[in-house]
Amino acid sequence: MNRKLVLWLPFALMAALLIAFLAGLSNSPEKVIVSQMVGQPLPEFAAGPAITGQAGAATADFRDGKPRLLNVFASWCVPCVAEIPMLMELKANGAEVVGVAVHDNSTDLGRFLAENGNPYSRIGLDQGGRAQIALGSAGVPETFVVDGTGKIIYQHIGVVTEADKAKLLAMLGVTK
Amino acid sequence: MRLVPLLFAAMLVCAGPVYGQDLADVSLSDPRQEAEALALMDSIRCVVCQGQPISGSNADLAGDMRRLIRERIAAGDKPEAVRAMLVGKYGDWVTFRPQVKPATLPLWLVPLLALLAGGWLVSRRIGRRRS
Repeated sequence: MNRKLVLWLPFALMAALLIAFLAGLSNSPEKVIVSQMVGQPLPEFAAGPAITGQAGAATADFRDGKPRLLNVFASWCVPCVAEIPMLMELKANGAEVVGVAVHDNSTDLGRFLAENGNPYSRIGLDQGGRAQIALGSAGVPETFVVDGTGKIIYQHIGVVTEADKAKLLAMLGVTK
Repeated sequence: MRLVPLLFAAMLVCAGPVYGQDLADVSLSDPRQEAEALALMDSIRCVVCQGQPISGSNADLAGDMRRLIRERIAAGDKPEAVRAMLVGKYGDWVTFRPQVKPATLPLWLVPLLALLAGGWLVSRRIGRRRS
């Protein structure tokens, strides 16, 4: 009896594997890639001014004790347009939003900001994806919460919506 | 009207050198370093076109990573150090080559155990046949 069971074992293992593979087929092929930098100090980056009349963004801007949002966006990114009103509202509630524009240029950015509004206190134009890779950001839009000591405490992937507002404001320590 | 082709030609001439230096798509001059960089690029997963290595992806971010890798290798960094840097940013997912660490131990041990078990079964069979 025991021997028979042992003989069936390979089949049972094979069946278990097949079931696992079948279940895996329904997994989304698009994985959300979370930055490993959450919980770590903001990495060194310096992105020059993206448009005339507004300062660029660099790590040093985040070390003055004030928590800020760091929004990775691009003028060619459709969801980024959708989240501008929410970023405006966060700004109206006392949040400071620093922008890092990736794979972009000043002309397109100027048009994007004129059309959709500009919620940013600073906008850095990321050259060669250096800031984006340093942040561990895999796409746009992404929003990082950087605390007053310059540490990344949270990463929001995708469009910031009404549902995220309270949480983000609380993390920034702005209550109004 | 004749200005347009002229301008176009001027743009091509100006664009050449700038493009030529972009390490995202241009090999390093040292063939040994380039081979190291290419081998690493083949085993780093593009975070945009997921499932493709960055060596074969047209995504901007993949180009940025190729440039970064060539720059680091040219500066004398070891490929595994660059891989570790990228894993430190995007997690284990970004490398096609699984790292050896407690969580991945089964991955490395199971084939070995299976081989041992198979060897044991076969040796038993052979032993029985002889006796």
